Amino acid sequence: MPSTMFDKIWSAHEVSDGLLYIDLHLVHEVTSPQAFDGLRLAGRPVRRPDRTLATADHNVPTDGTKAARLIADRLSRVQVETLERNCEEFGIPVYSLGSDRQGIVHVIGPELGVTQPGMTIVCGDSHTSTHGAFGALAFGIGTSEVEHVLATQCLVQKRPQTMRILYSGELAPGVTPKDLILATIGRLGTGGMVGHAVEYAGPAIESLSMPGRMTVCNMTIEGGGRAGMIAPDETTFEWVRGKAAAPGDFEAAVERWRRLPSDDGAEFDREVEIDAAGISPMVTWGTNPGMVVEVTDSVPDPGAMESPADRESAERALAYMDLRPGTPMTEVRPERVFIGSCTNSRVEDLREAAAIVDGRKVAASVRAMVVPGSQQVKAEAEAEGLHDVFRSAGFEWREAGCSMCLGMNPDTLIEGERCASTSNRNFEGRQGKGGRTHLVSPRMAAAAAVEGHFVDIRNWS
Amino acid sequence: MRPIDVIEGKVSVLDRADVDTDQIIPKQFLKRVERTGFGEFLFYDWLRSGEIELEPNPILLAGRNFGCGSSREHAPWALEDFGFEAIVAPSFADIFYANCTKVGLLPVELDEAHCRAIAEAGEARIDVDDQTVTCAAGVFEFEIEPDIRHRLLNGLDDIAITLESAATIDRFEAAQGAAAGPATTGL
Repeated sequence: MPSTMFDKIWSAHEVSDGLLYIDLHLVHEVTSPQAFDGLRLAGRPVRRPDRTLATADHNVPTDGTKAARLIADRLSRVQVETLERNCEEFGIPVYSLGSDRQGIVHVIGPELGVTQPGMTIVCGDSHTSTHGAFGALAFGIGTSEVEHVLATQCLVQKRPQTMRILYSGELAPGVTPKDLILATIGRLGTGGMVGHAVEYAGPAIESLSMPGRMTVCNMTIEGGGRAGMIAPDETTFEWVRGKAAAPGDFEAAVERWRRLPSDDGAEFDREVEIDAAGISPMVTWGTNPGMVVEVTDSVPDPGAMESPADRESAERALAYMDLRPGTPMTEVRPERVFIGSCTNSRVEDLREAAAIVDGRKVAASVRAMVVPGSQQVKAEAEAEGLHDVFRSAGFEWREAGCSMCLGMNPDTLIEGERCASTSNRNFEGRQGKGGRTHLVSPRMAAAAAVEGHFVDIRNWS
Repeated sequence: MRPIDVIEGKVSVLDRADVDTDQIIPKQFLKRVERTGFGEFLFYDWLRSGEIELEPNPILLAGRNFGCGSSREHAPWALEDFGFEAIVAPSFADIFYANCTKVGLLPVELDEAHCRAIAEAGEARIDVDDQTVTCAAGVFEFEIEPDIRHRLLNGLDDIAITLESAATIDRFEAAQGAAAGPATTGL
């Protein structure tokens, strides 16, 4: 019987009914301390330190602080130092502050090559879905499950349903993977993929680079999906080839990986078709990623919404965002621009943004920052001179971390500030209490920084 | 985890859809390395601004897609520490639901009409064994995975159960061969 990619990976990792083997467990400082405490209390070791990898990302300052002990914020310092101590005690490799491999956990996995097709990957972070871009089954877990995986290298899991989103046509020029996934969530809603492992397919997906595929899979969770996946192909293999953790017998690995894509005729529990060619640059207007419109549209009118629940949510969102129905999105003026996060902080993202700002200046009304996803991304971008492009334009060029995506470090919005952000969540207070977030692509964020308002990147010069 | 059999008492209502974990427990409180004491920070911004009012009753009645967003288990920790023992909603986000069951905070999924009836009744009795919610408006059955129900009823430790299969895990690992993932040590 023809199988889906999800089915193949799932059945290859079922130790017993409902018990899934985990090939790679990524760990960071925020969701792990209580799990390590649990192990200590029970006197349990980490079963496979060699399948576990840790980094410090959520809490780290991006101002050039070079060691955990130097972090100014006491609680953040304790959390990062606790991670380092726990990893040392349990024998887990850790790339903390000061390491040239430190960075956002979902950026460093793929860049080290530890993320590979066919694997099961978990992390105590919902954006673990990012790694599905390689044809892996990857999803976020809570701290109890982190402890469970540390102790057993397995996870008790209910098998999710399968779903395929098939995109017809190609993305138009100026339209990015970020727009594709925002448009998808806008159509399906923030709960539209709940309970499903989602496979993204079609020509528009196949022509995406690996960073583009990671952006798409990354935001699967914003549609409620358990995992996002894309079939591995030559693009995938080329990315993994030569990476630090690439398989020794690479060709044999590629032979195995070629068997992963869903078979012709494989059945999904749910299928959705979306016209990729019809997707425009997108901007969120509300307080969840499903509240999104095309940049050429206006702020929607809650009064025109059919469901009372939607109307109420939209009214509350507009009040929080301080927006009026009918205002063209191109008249919305962010005061802050953030280019970064596990969604859009890879070198390719930075190149795209740099191409927009090259030779231009950030508007006087805007404070803009770029936070590379990892130390390696930063080094690569600097080797290309991207930091000079950004700095000359008036951007701040900072150190690697999650930064203003969730503002656990000092990079936050102040009350009432409006931000064009390449991150993944526009929830109330996400980037700082009272802060207002508009999710966009790196190009759209860069252009908004220059103009001081959103623009349609397709006809902007 | 303590066993859960029956949860009974008043119902607090939070009538909003898509309540995300950033609202349940804002990021500034995720810096603690302990597992306890998160209750005072529950819905920090909404409760302090007076935008919502919430009594620490045994049952919280919430809107659809409750707990969407991040995987932070601090969200169920905060709800439980605040005083809730069960959450009833038309739907939950996947990771949040799983986290609740690991913490011993009972998630109950019921359709919108039944949720409304429970909110109006103001009091309810949830029986995990029977999989029923009883309130003034009637008796409603809910679905829960048999394994999860068994663990909740007996207060079982997941890890101890899985470790009983250690030999099976050993065999699985031995059979993985070349398909095993990369080693993270020695990179």
